[in-house]
Amino acid sequence: MGAYEFDLWVFMLAAFLGFQLIRGVSPLLHTPLMSLTNAISAIAVVGAILITGAKDASTLSLILGFSAVLLATLNVVSGYLITDRMLKMFKRREPEKK
Amino acid sequence: MNNALLNDTILPIVYMLAAAGFIMAIKWLNSPATARRGVVVGEIGMLLAVVGTLLRFDVVSYQWIFVAFFLGTAIGIPIAYIMPMTAVPQRTAFSHACGALASALIGTAEYYKGIRQGPAVTSVEMTALIIETLLGFLTFTASLMAFGKLQEVLPQRPITYKGQNFLNLGVFAAAAGTGIALIVAPEQTFLFPIFILLSLLFGVLLIIPIGGADMPTVIALLNSYAGLSAAAMGFVLNNKMLIVAGALDGSSGFILAVIMCRAMNRSFGNVLFGAFGQLQTTTGGKAGDRPVRSASPEEAAQILEAARTVIVIPGYGMAVAQAQHKLKEMSELLAKRGVNVEFAIHPVAGRMPGHMNVLLAEADVPYDKLREMDDINPEMPMADVALIIGANDVVNPGAETDPKSPIAGMPIIQAYKAHTVMVIKRSMNPGFAGIDNELYYMPNTIMLFGDAKAFVSSIVKELGALARV
Repeated sequence: MGAYEFDLWVFMLAAFLGFQLIRGVSPLLHTPLMSLTNAISAIAVVGAILITGAKDASTLSLILGFSAVLLATLNVVSGYLITDRMLKMFKRREPEKK
Repeated sequence: MNNALLNDTILPIVYMLAAAGFIMAIKWLNSPATARRGVVVGEIGMLLAVVGTLLRFDVVSYQWIFVAFFLGTAIGIPIAYIMPMTAVPQRTAFSHACGALASALIGTAEYYKGIRQGPAVTSVEMTALIIETLLGFLTFTASLMAFGKLQEVLPQRPITYKGQNFLNLGVFAAAAGTGIALIVAPEQTFLFPIFILLSLLFGVLLIIPIGGADMPTVIALLNSYAGLSAAAMGFVLNNKMLIVAGALDGSSGFILAVIMCRAMNRSFGNVLFGAFGQLQTTTGGKAGDRPVRSASPEEAAQILEAARTVIVIPGYGMAVAQAQHKLKEMSELLAKRGVNVEFAIHPVAGRMPGHMNVLLAEADVPYDKLREMDDINPEMPMADVALIIGANDVVNPGAETDPKSPIAGMPIIQAYKAHTVMVIKRSMNPGFAGIDNELYYMPNTIMLFGDAKAFVSSIVKELGALARV
């Protein structure tokens, strides 16, 4: 019961922290926010690595794990890159030319 | 290195640092000035966690992992760089599908691994695993459906049929029931594929009745589900970092969905089961029989040039016409002549939360010119011109005045309060939701008929000509 109870507390606190943090994000950046959190949740790649790299992985585990690593990596890479690409576009007023 | 030392002492610290990195990443997103720093800490966190995991002693075979890394990167980089900004909502839906499927596949693998190796999985683990796979598979198909609707390979209009909510509820109950049976008796392996199929089916059914106008809410909600699925995986693997990352993603999606609902004065239930955009076509009276004022680009340019304050209200139609760059050119020309140009952004402008801001930022509109609805509405009566381009429902005064309107109560940008309202529109056809707009018939409204990009280009040309006189 110990580990599970601890995990529940972590989840509850992290969810509240999330609510607070996300309320602070400017609506200006809601699209990058979504692609960033999407990239962050692709940390599921950790679970996929554990499955794929295990010593006694069955063929089924390998296939599932391999696909999961691929999909999660895809999200990590494209998620972070596109977030950065979007954020780069947000500029303050440029100094007057001419 | 000592195995136990790494796995039990060092790795937890690495995971904790990674989780802290994710938290800081979102925290720094509160301002465009620090946001890119946030992406960097997020990346560092991710790198730490992945390298740490690879070093674990129970991870022994690397070839498939690295092949998958390579393939994922090779596909991910072109997606990130080639994709146009108008397609960001589709990409987001697609990445929700990928993330959710990854999480569901891991859950499936964990299930069979647990069955094969025994001792029997505890019911707590099994509950987390069932939640992970249920949310994972249903979000996968639901996101693919959302992708299809956004990409316009599937019909945008909501599809409804008799007994739809009943069927959806039934399929969901069946999936949940099978899931509960599996929690009680994990060894009944024949149930698992049934459970998977039911979850997949529910995801499809869930999106069928939802129309294109509701996609911003739905994408946000799917974002939340994908995050919760990852958090459930954290419970299965007893990994706090996964729980934190999943909870952050889950709460983010949830809050954005709530914001979207509020911006349309709708409830979750109404978005998911209301089939918005289906019935409204009948209420929108055929236009064209009432007089409207219209003007040429030349006249429009003169009015704009004489104004002190112009508030531009863009909608997705602007992005479809690719008019944002011309619009930026126009606002610069006006600014040079002392006209203050601001952009008013409705929360549901565009096809996902914040989409319009990204589209205008791409066109080099400085972000301090992008104003939120609540922020700009009080200034509307002082504005000389409200220029509406590609937006319709978000400026419809019917939302405030007509309690029978399908969008009654929806907060709008109060363009009608400006001295002069100019609307760039192709024709008098009603918009996405098929609702007629009183704004077009008001005495201070001038319709500018034409393609958004072409019309703004003509205005730019006329402004240039005026400058030379």
